[in-house]
Amino acid sequence: MATLELTIDEGVAAEPAKRGRRLGLLFWVAIGWMTFMIAVAIFAPVLPLPSPTDMDMLERRAPFSAEHWLGTDGLGRDELSRLIYGARISLVVGLCAPVIGLTIGGALGMLAGYFRGRFESAVVGSMDVLLAFPPLILAMAVTAYLGQSILNLTLILGFLGVPAFMRVARAATLTLARREFVIAAQALGATHARILLRELLPNVALPLLAFFLLAVAVTIVVEGALSFLGLGVPPPISSWGSMIGEGRESLEVAPRLAFLPAAAMFLTVLSFNLVGDTLRALTDPRQGAL
Amino acid sequence: MLLFVARRLLYLIPVLIAVSLLTFFIASLLPGDLAYVILGDQATPENVAALRKDMGLDQPVWIRYFGWLGNILQGDFGRSFRTGQTVLQAVTERLPVSFELMILAEITGLVIGVPLAIVCAARSGSAFDRFMTGSAFAMLSVPAFLSAILLIYLFAVELRWLPATGYVPFTEDPAANLRFMVLPALTLALAEWPGIMRVLRSDMIATLQEDYIALAKAKGLKASRILFVHALKPSSLTLVTITGINIGRLIGGAVIVETIFALPGLGRLLVGAIYTRDLIILQGVVLLVAAGFVIMNFIVDLLYAVLDPRIRHGHA
Amino acid sequence: MTERTLLSVEDVSVELPTPRGNLRAVDRVDLTVGAGRTLGVVGESGCGKTMLSRAILQLLPKKAKLSGRVMFDGQDLLQLSPERLRRLRGRSLAVVFQDPMTSLNPVLTIGTQLIETLQEHLELDEATAKKRSVELLAAVGIPAPEQRLVQYPHQLSGGMRQRVAIAIALSCEPKLLIADEPTTALDVTIQAQILDLLAREQRRRHMAMILITHDLGVVAGRTDEVAVMYAGRVVERAPTPALFKKMRMPYTEALLAALPRIDAAPHTPLPAISGRPPDPTRPLQGCSFSPRCRYAVARCHAEKPALTEAESREHQFACFHPIEIHAGAGA
Repeated sequence: MATLELTIDEGVAAEPAKRGRRLGLLFWVAIGWMTFMIAVAIFAPVLPLPSPTDMDMLERRAPFSAEHWLGTDGLGRDELSRLIYGARISLVVGLCAPVIGLTIGGALGMLAGYFRGRFESAVVGSMDVLLAFPPLILAMAVTAYLGQSILNLTLILGFLGVPAFMRVARAATLTLARREFVIAAQALGATHARILLRELLPNVALPLLAFFLLAVAVTIVVEGALSFLGLGVPPPISSWGSMIGEGRESLEVAPRLAFLPAAAMFLTVLSFNLVGDTLRALTDPRQGAL
Repeated sequence: MLLFVARRLLYLIPVLIAVSLLTFFIASLLPGDLAYVILGDQATPENVAALRKDMGLDQPVWIRYFGWLGNILQGDFGRSFRTGQTVLQAVTERLPVSFELMILAEITGLVIGVPLAIVCAARSGSAFDRFMTGSAFAMLSVPAFLSAILLIYLFAVELRWLPATGYVPFTEDPAANLRFMVLPALTLALAEWPGIMRVLRSDMIATLQEDYIALAKAKGLKASRILFVHALKPSSLTLVTITGINIGRLIGGAVIVETIFALPGLGRLLVGAIYTRDLIILQGVVLLVAAGFVIMNFIVDLLYAVLDPRIRHGHA
Repeated sequence: MTERTLLSVEDVSVELPTPRGNLRAVDRVDLTVGAGRTLGVVGESGCGKTMLSRAILQLLPKKAKLSGRVMFDGQDLLQLSPERLRRLRGRSLAVVFQDPMTSLNPVLTIGTQLIETLQEHLELDEATAKKRSVELLAAVGIPAPEQRLVQYPHQLSGGMRQRVAIAIALSCEPKLLIADEPTTALDVTIQAQILDLLAREQRRRHMAMILITHDLGVVAGRTDEVAVMYAGRVVERAPTPALFKKMRMPYTEALLAALPRIDAAPHTPLPAISGRPPDPTRPLQGCSFSPRCRYAVARCHAEKPALTEAESREHQFACFHPIEIHAGAGA
């Protein structure tokens, strides 16, 4: 089960580095899908779709038809429209939560990698402690006690991503902080803030961006898993995960109700993984973070 | 070697202490007064105050922490007010299930991933290699609950070969137990094998370019010996880390899989504790799980030294 | 005295495809090594000498294209099946690589790496193989050989590791040993010991040896014949004494002059050869050495010289403007 602890994967850049700058067809297809999904999610309200919440009890689990392109679900709601509105939720959480990890984790990682010493040990040590806890349990505990809401979900998933981003930022900073341009800047009397912001940040930003895309993929999956169990987005809001969960009930009669959102989630996660992985191979200053 | 172990142990202790601190404080921060929850309908202000005094809940957090820690060190993790079971009882009941699932899943993942990795590394660049690497990458985008749905649909609904949910202890009926475990273990294995395969393949490709492999070929050794004796061992370091970390993670109970397949393991115990607000169980089990993860990492570090003699002797 | 030719490299070329074009690492090389004789192959880094040794062993990278014939003990190695080649290697054909730190497997014991060769080719049982390994280690001058069997390469010094590599190479009594820069990675003080060890074992076992090095000083007095390589070709070949006394190629002269001499006055400048070897992906029309040669004339830049004979059939060189040096500059 994918977790927010992407620590090992980022150390295994493997031979993509040798693949060089070939941005193949697959890469662009993935970018295409990503853009398409995000566009569709943003423009959902203006698209000519039936409402995702209108129930038509006479047309439950209807097969594909001209009126309902992808059929209807167990409560007679239009499946295509539900998929698109589900995309909104999954993407909102999936894109916003990693931003928290990126900012907090990225900052901590850069500071730790730059200042070293006891500060670094403290940061790394506390991240290690945090990583010892089962992330799904933490997420569930938060949503159970503080209430299920998109905001809470985004916050806790974002927070759980902090250690991973910290590691990426720290690894990149460690490699870069010893390069000549940093030493030169220090010799010229630049302040720490200036070095961090002007010299290091632009270079650390690229690996962080690549990792951000991977984190989006993982977040969509984790949110999906939680919603699948009914513990993620609060009903009646549905994301792909909750649709799959509901579809599970109808596996015998209408398996498409589970597999359509599953396919949508798979393709989207795969696209983010592809783009993120390719970018990581291109922008890794030098692997060996571990 | 002893020095190495000692140094690692020294790092272990503060981490375990930090884990216990974090567990306790997070649990104590969770809103919902424990006393209210326990008393339920009978929660009048006097009863609540009396119960709080009785349970020591009116004392400062620090004192409660040390009380709790002291009990833990004597083996008393507390008693659930819901079920009346002690934490240790609940854990010993559930642990074998999660443990069996974890072992089966990890072994299956290795059985799939390791041979694939070796073949792909030996034939790197071939069509087979590119296909398998692509498949592994795609599999990484299929989370456990998706695989679960697919497997359930295929084997339980369509083919009706295997049951979708349920559990029987191994000691009662080994055959039935395995029948129930196949799908859950396979679900997890499908999530594990891509990581295993990619890591081992990448390390082996790097190792196969080393001079000592060239010399092994120049010595006229058989290809199988070169792959399995000369190349596999030095390439397995990252694999051991991954497997160890995976096992450590799975100790927490594969929550999703246990829930989907209705297995009475640690994961479901935790989820249940969250919903019944059973803080004692939650605290105790989370502590055990987190500590288990930390100790697993420690064991992985020790295994490193066994696999690479250079680390044992303080080199590399 | 006619000795049997053990190894005959005939018109061998090695081509490697690179992003910048096809690279001719070895360009139509002819060499012979007689049974029990030592051939020295000398040249700068990148002259193709290592590729040549890999070509003989048939251990080239997958993308390399090999042409020509390599006759070893009456068989053309290029025509042999992979299985038969595998059985030859380690048994009749052995190799010692340059850096023993990387050529020995760091996670296997010395004993394992010795015993496996013996078990593979000679099918000895474990006890006999162990005994034999101890004898081999003692023969190459390693003290306390029984204890070494359970040690790992990183626990030994550089010189000892190379001795172990030599022991491994000698273990199945090979007919030909290829030593590829066996002392380059070692301390100067150890180098002579290792070279002496190789020479001694070679004589004892009547083994043929190819000694590959960039250092002319190494081959003096330790080889029967020397071939000088430059830019993938053999540019001069002669029996060792003849090479040093009557060298013809300006390149050989320059190599020799670049050696520091113990009897030179302090602070004598070392005449380094100016310039760099040519880019192998863009071979020159004329002689490859001409851009750096003191004696180059117009013809040298226009045509490639073929190997011609000097005073005897055994001394060949490829130059339009050979030099005549008699005695004096020898090692």
